[in-house]
Amino acid sequence: MSPDAAQESSRRLAPTRVLDLDPLLDDPETRIVVCCGSGGVGKTTTAAALGLRAAERGRKVVVLTIDPARRLAQSMGIDSLDNVPRRVKGIEDSAGGDLHAMMLDMKRTFDEIVEAHADPERAAAILGNPFYQSLSAGFAGTQEYMAMEKLGQLRARDEWDLIVVDTPPSRSALDFLDAPKRLGSFLDGRLIRLLTAPAKLGGRAGMKFLNVGMSMMTGTLGKLLGGQLLKDVQTFVAAMDTTFGGFRTRADATYKLLQAPGTAFLVVAAPERDALREAAYFVERLAAEDMPLAGLVLNRVHGSGAAQLSAERALAAAENLEEPRIVDQVGGKAGLRNSPDTYGSSDSAESPASESTSGPGSPATEAATDSADHPATDTPAGAADGDHPAGDRPADARAADDRPVDEVAAGLLRLHAERMQLLSREQRTRDRFTALHPEVAVAEVAALPGDVHDLLGLRDIGDRLAANRPELPDSAGKTVDTEL
Amino acid sequence: MSRLQVVSGKGGTGKTTVAAALALALATEGKRTLLVEVEGRQGIAQLFETEALPYEERKIAVAPGGGEVFALAIDPELALLDYLQMFYKLGGAGRALKKIGAVDFATTIAPGLRDVLLTGKACEAVRRKERSGRFVYDYVVMDAPPTGRVTRFLNVNDEVAGLAKIGPIHNQAQAVMRVLKSPETAVHLVTLLEEMPVQETSDGIAELRSARLPVGRVVVNMVRPEVLDAAMLEQVRGTPRTALARSLSSAGLGGARRGGHAERLVDPLLRQAEEYAERYALEHEQRAVLSDLGLPLHELPLLAEGMDLAGLYELATELRKQGMS
Repeated sequence: MSPDAAQESSRRLAPTRVLDLDPLLDDPETRIVVCCGSGGVGKTTTAAALGLRAAERGRKVVVLTIDPARRLAQSMGIDSLDNVPRRVKGIEDSAGGDLHAMMLDMKRTFDEIVEAHADPERAAAILGNPFYQSLSAGFAGTQEYMAMEKLGQLRARDEWDLIVVDTPPSRSALDFLDAPKRLGSFLDGRLIRLLTAPAKLGGRAGMKFLNVGMSMMTGTLGKLLGGQLLKDVQTFVAAMDTTFGGFRTRADATYKLLQAPGTAFLVVAAPERDALREAAYFVERLAAEDMPLAGLVLNRVHGSGAAQLSAERALAAAENLEEPRIVDQVGGKAGLRNSPDTYGSSDSAESPASESTSGPGSPATEAATDSADHPATDTPAGAADGDHPAGDRPADARAADDRPVDEVAAGLLRLHAERMQLLSREQRTRDRFTALHPEVAVAEVAALPGDVHDLLGLRDIGDRLAANRPELPDSAGKTVDTEL
Repeated sequence: MSRLQVVSGKGGTGKTTVAAALALALATEGKRTLLVEVEGRQGIAQLFETEALPYEERKIAVAPGGGEVFALAIDPELALLDYLQMFYKLGGAGRALKKIGAVDFATTIAPGLRDVLLTGKACEAVRRKERSGRFVYDYVVMDAPPTGRVTRFLNVNDEVAGLAKIGPIHNQAQAVMRVLKSPETAVHLVTLLEEMPVQETSDGIAELRSARLPVGRVVVNMVRPEVLDAAMLEQVRGTPRTALARSLSSAGLGGARRGGHAERLVDPLLRQAEEYAERYALEHEQRAVLSDLGLPLHELPLLAEGMDLAGLYELATELRKQGMS
């Protein structure tokens, strides 16, 4: 791509503020990076790529993922769910860094907390309680809470100098912020006192006043839940009673940890309406909670090395290339080329009327002649071109042999038009976000045609993340001679 | 045709859009569909370009051919109070429960209770009849949680029925499961032609099947147009750059000589074609994986202008054409 085209396309896509990720990752003060965003925007991949990049730049990193795609997990050696950080092999460690990764096992994490906070007998009672078993596996918000709990644990171990966290694919993508508070308020709430009361007080005389209200309540709950479930819940709550203090302290500690200066939140999104709407909501929410936002990572941004050619012009040119056949049929009047009447009738062009030459003096022919002045610049594009006649043909004699080339060119132009339409759609969506939140720094990551499932791919994403602007197709490290 | 149509899919695949299009598609002449939202995102209101939906069934669209689409955003808390009132005449106690945090507990913390309420409400709408005996809604379309959670979400009543072995919750849970596990229900999965969503779709189908939940169809959303076919891609590979430059030049895009405007387009255009070819091959692989699932497959196009109300109607027409309604 020519430099001016590069400038033009990066200007078109340049965010108000550019998020520079390397300084963030390199800063020893940065201890926790939280990647959050709605589902399907590449959160897990972003977290893994950032972790790898930081490690290869010399930091001791652990990546906590929630639900990685199978092949990505395999590539990092964490496809087994054992809730323990595993060293990732195959990273470039010359800078002295290393990378561990782990996949969160929600139930296991919950069990560990119980075991850590209750004596063995009590722990066994809790772990065997049917209500607990259901709660630890499927508690609404358990995954969010456990992710934060695990983060707290990893931070407390102080074995890594950077923890990169991927957040659960929550319905609102924000539940993990609420989880500690919600659990806290539940534990402090009257309900829990109500539930524990019958077991603890057992109808002691002095508590009569309280008990009237409570028995009415437990009566209602019993009616709703069924007596046996209520009993399970009560037994569970009673058994957990001593453990709860620990829960609450940790929930508060984790929440404070998230607000601490060493923490950086990255909101991850794709340039799509829904994802960016969630991202905007997230940005507002983080601000409201005093959580430190580093910026927005915008994944899957499309660029074009030929952004100077608009979709409209590309389509017009494609039609132009496909039309001469029609022109021939109606008597070779080149002037009809741009007539709207011929548009859409290209089906009829499959006729044998093939001695196509553009009328002399048509704009296309004029433009084409300048190539004939420089035959020496001709270079083959692909391996198969050597015997292609069009390469040697004088430009003013575009004939039947050029037809396949024109078809190819028209196809490429239509493809380009589609790309440019996508580009402007993405830009509109992004501009809407920037207008709402001009203060948010943005790092854009160029779209890849396929999924990432190895370290090489993650490294590539890391490069793109740190590149400060979407790497346009032709600056993606491929040489100009790359063949299709 | 099942009367409860559940639409799930990996995040980002457009399941809300597909659910809305399906609700429109099913609302053929004289029919009435209810589109239910369970995740509190107000995605339906945004799609139909209306203000946020209250916890109330209201008409949001008239489908092509004259059917009607109603929408309901279920609020778990209000659904719980609704329930207490409707089934147990516990209106007052409900307020008291709310005061002590029990409603919060039930709707946000208690295992599955929230999901019980959401599925319960949808099933209630499915079974509801007018005085004449006609169903109030011919179809109920649910915009369900994503694939990774949908089996658990739908199956939660089973678990609850196991936890609460007697009592009204037990009975309610069992009634809901009877609807969900019957041919009255079909669970559709929305995917994209990309590796992760396709993988998640096939995992999701296996999970649904092992929970004996009725799997419906697979909808491939946002299918990009085939701009270049395989033969054309082959032809692109065999075309010399110089010839391309001259062709572009002849189309009025500038000079074909080195550094000329047309010549400078060749490399970026070829690179875009290369990316396209890579994606094209990947999409074909994923399409093959999907057709091996042995389920009816539908494809919806990516709308060039982005999603809007007109686009939604376009997708609904497409679904009707493909026989999904």
